[in-house]
Order: sequence, then C-alpha cells, then structure tokens
Amino acid sequence: MPLLELKDVRARYGPIRALHGVSLTVDKGEVVALLGANGAGKTTTLRSVSSMTRTSGDILFDNRKIARRSPEFVARLGIAHVPEGRGLFPELTVWENLRMGARGKLGWEDAERVVAYFPWIERRRDQQAATLSGGEQQMLALGRALVSRPRLLMLDEPSLGLAPTVVAELFAIVRRLNEDEGLTVLVVEQNATIALEVAARAYVLEVGKVAVEGTSDELRRHEGVRKSYLGY
Amino acid sequence: MLGVGGIVAAILAVLLIGLLLAQTEDEFTWGAYGQQIASGLSQGAIFASLALALVLIYRATDILNFAQGEMATFTTYIAWSLMNHMPYWPAFALTLGIAFVFGAAVERTIIRPVEHRPEIVVVIVTIGLLIALNGLTGWLWGAEVKPFDSPFSLRAIDIGGVTVTVQDIGVFCVCLVTVALLWAFFRFTTLGLTMRAVANSQDASRLLGVRVGWMLALGWGLAAVLGAVAGMMAAPTLFLDPNLMLVVLIYSFAAAVLGGIDSPLGAVVGGLLLGVIINLLGTYVDFIGGELRLPSALAVLLIVLLIRPQGLFGHRVVRRV
Repeated sequence: MPLLELKDVRARYGPIRALHGVSLTVDKGEVVALLGANGAGKTTTLRSVSSMTRTSGDILFDNRKIARRSPEFVARLGIAHVPEGRGLFPELTVWENLRMGARGKLGWEDAERVVAYFPWIERRRDQQAATLSGGEQQMLALGRALVSRPRLLMLDEPSLGLAPTVVAELFAIVRRLNEDEGLTVLVVEQNATIALEVAARAYVLEVGKVAVEGTSDELRRHEGVRKSYLGY
Repeated sequence: MLGVGGIVAAILAVLLIGLLLAQTEDEFTWGAYGQQIASGLSQGAIFASLALALVLIYRATDILNFAQGEMATFTTYIAWSLMNHMPYWPAFALTLGIAFVFGAAVERTIIRPVEHRPEIVVVIVTIGLLIALNGLTGWLWGAEVKPFDSPFSLRAIDIGGVTVTVQDIGVFCVCLVTVALLWAFFRFTTLGLTMRAVANSQDASRLLGVRVGWMLALGWGLAAVLGAVAGMMAAPTLFLDPNLMLVVLIYSFAAAVLGGIDSPLGAVVGGLLLGVIINLLGTYVDFIGGELRLPSALAVLLIVLLIRPQGLFGHRVVRRV
C-alpha cells in the first residue's frame, strides 16, 4: 500500500491548466523523483499535495483523503514540504527557524539529530537566516523539515542556484536520511542526473501529465529521457 | 539597534537644542524646558502605544488599520462604564481583556472575509469600521464630553530642578511597561515566535502547520490591547468623547512613519520623539503655539516621507516590477 497516492489530479491557475491528470504513488521508505522541464507541473504537483492550489482528483496519504484541505492540515499529518525558494523566515535567526519546524517546541533529541547532519547550524544559531548562503539556507530548510519528524518529505528543486559540490552534499544527506532512518522522500528536480542517483523510481512530467515512469535504471536507459533530461 | 550611541545622541541633541534656545529666547529657563520634554515624553508614550499597534498589524498583514484609533476609543468607553461600578485598576485590567477579545473578533469577522482582496479594499473596510465604530460609540454613550478618572494625581514633584507631574510619569510608565511586556512576549514565548514567523511569511508558516488565521486574530487582539492602554492614558487629559483618538491616531501615524512603518522599535522611538518635538515646537516657536501642533506633526510626516521614506529604523522596500 503506497504512503502517498495521487489519482488523476488536475489543477489550474485561473484559466491556465497546470496539471492534466497526474497519477503517481510513493511507497513507504522510498525516494521518488519528479523530473521535467520548467513549467511541466512539478511544483504544482507538490502544491496540490499541500492544498496550496485548487485541485480536482483524489490525493491519499496513508489511505486517507487529503485533497482540498488546508496546508496546515496536511503539514500536521506529517508531510514536510520544503517549497521552491526554501520558505525560510529571513528575519528570524537560524535557531528560531529550526524551532518553527517543530512549531516552537523543539526537543533536544531532534535538535541534536539535525546538528549531527549540519554541524555549522549550532555555531551560527543566532545569525539571521537572510544572511546565510544559498546552500546553507537549503540545508537549514531541510533541517527544519526534519525536526517535525515527517512521515513524508517533499523537496522542491533543492539544487536550484547551488554549486555542484553543494548539490552533491545535499543529495548525499537525503540518501543517508533514507537509508539510515527510512525517511520517505518525494523530490522535484530539474537536475535529473543527480536525482536519479538517489531515487529508486522516478516520474517524468511533460505539460502537466506523466510522460514516462519507471525505476531509475529504466529511466537512464530510456532514450527520450536520456536525450531530453540527461543530455547524452 | 538603538544602543548606547542612540541614547547619548538623544541626550546631546536635547542639550544642544536647550543651549540654542537659551541664546535666542529671552524667557528661557532650563526648568521649563525640562518640563516640556517630560510632558512631551508622556504624550509621546501614548503615541508610541498606538503607533506600535499600527505597526504590529502592518507587519503581519500589510494593512494600515485606520480604525485603530476608534477601536481604542470604543474600549476606553467600556472602561468608563466599568469604572462606574468598580475601582480603577480592576476596570483597567478587565478592559484590556475585553479589548483583546474585541480586536480578535474584529479580525475574524470583518477583516478575514476581505483578507485576500487588493489592499485598497481592505483599507476601505478599515475606514468603514472607523466610521461605524465612531457612530456606535456616540449612539451607545452619547456625544457629550465625559470626565475620565486618572489613577495618578496631578501633584507636581521636583526632579533635579524640573517640575514633573505624577500624571506624566505614570502615563509614561504604564505605556512603556505595556510595550516592554509585549516585547518580552514576542521575544521569549513560543506563541510570540510563531507570530513573528507569520509576519515574515504566511505561506511558509502554513507549510509548517501553523494556523495562520488564529495568529492574525491574536495580533489584532494585542494591537487592540495597546490601543486600549493608549485610550485610557489619553482620556484624563483629553476628556472622553467619541472623537477622543481621532487626533491621536494622526499623531501615531506620523510617529510610525517617522520610526519606520515596519519597525516596532521605530514606532516606540518615533512616538516619544514626536511627542517631544511637537511640545518644543508648540512652546518655543511662537507662530505654532497650541493651534498648529497637529499641522506640525503632519509636516514631520511629510518631511520623513520626502527625505527618508523608510523612516529611522525601517527597511527600504525594493519592489521588483
């Protein structure tokens, strides 16, 4: 039984249709990548799960219907969504941002776990989040998602605007979280190469529909995917 | 932030202006000068409270609440009614509680439905609320001017050659204690942190499971409490009538703009500064006198907007179009 299931989800922004019936599943303990070009509907798919856009169709989390509720309802079910642009609070400090991940009630255990992954966070805890580098901001956003003890982590383009070494470091942490702690991850990426290295399965979105799906190996061998998204 | 430098600069400015006045004014005495500054600070503390209420709501929702003054007047009338039945301080505390519920209820019922409309719609709704509350106050309590008790005596005491009334000291302390408590709430409590996060980004807060609607209602409640404090402190000297806070609101707007409309610290400093400025202008600049104090506050507002639109402590807003 999948942890997250989308059945024929459609979404629109005013008159513009962004999703034309997306169906996908994410199993417990799996890393699934959502690939595609700009405007293919990747971000809209995550926003649909979080009830941040108007949708039709069914979205099931742990066999429970969660479509068309509210972002806070979905978050409280244990879906941590790190949005495009990271969604940090720029004027709050690093530590205050982290505390907000647990809605203010950050336990020692969770704090220590995050500091183990990102040791710099403790040294710079009183710095304003706006003053962090892009990579640090993305890591803080990831750490903040972790302290909520999510059952599903959704990452929207974590690699955007980051140097290749930082991207590699970030995805290595996602892999560790999955392998060591069994964290379930749905990651949206334009950087298909790195996403397929970490994900077990992937979906390729094209103009609001799933065009190709399969395991990462299958997708790497798929000629269309290779030419359009992997570039060789 | 403000720091020691700011305080030293303020003291130096006060001394310099005093020296300048001592040279030019024939009847200048340091005692009278100090008295003007003291009563300016006392009035300024009232402006600061209401300005802080405006800034709180502006930061959380980008709305300038034009009804803030009338909400304060309304709760001050409630205090007046309560004070007919009980001593001052219990009535004061009870009024703060009622003001909190009242402010939160206004957000839930009147602002919430238009929350996502263009700013101009929300502004018009707050102006409508201003008019409606003003009418309601007059209808419930009558338009005639009422005396309002002060918990502080008008006795003057001597502090280093400057005569200051107990009333002025009391008003100043009540306002600043309220502001300090609010600051501690935002700085040290989980709820305060959550409200600061919501003021930073509502979408990001929702994604973390924060019930943003309730946080906004809470913000309106706290703003109404600040307004109630300002109203109850202003009423003994201005007397209670349905237009009590109309003029105070204009001063508070000027104070908030002076300090920076998005800066809580700016609202407080701006309020105190404006109180002192208009008192000194009214006393020492002959043609301003008592009548031109309000226009001179508007002049301050205009000058700030022209020279430094972001105010003393605000952030320059850069809009990408």
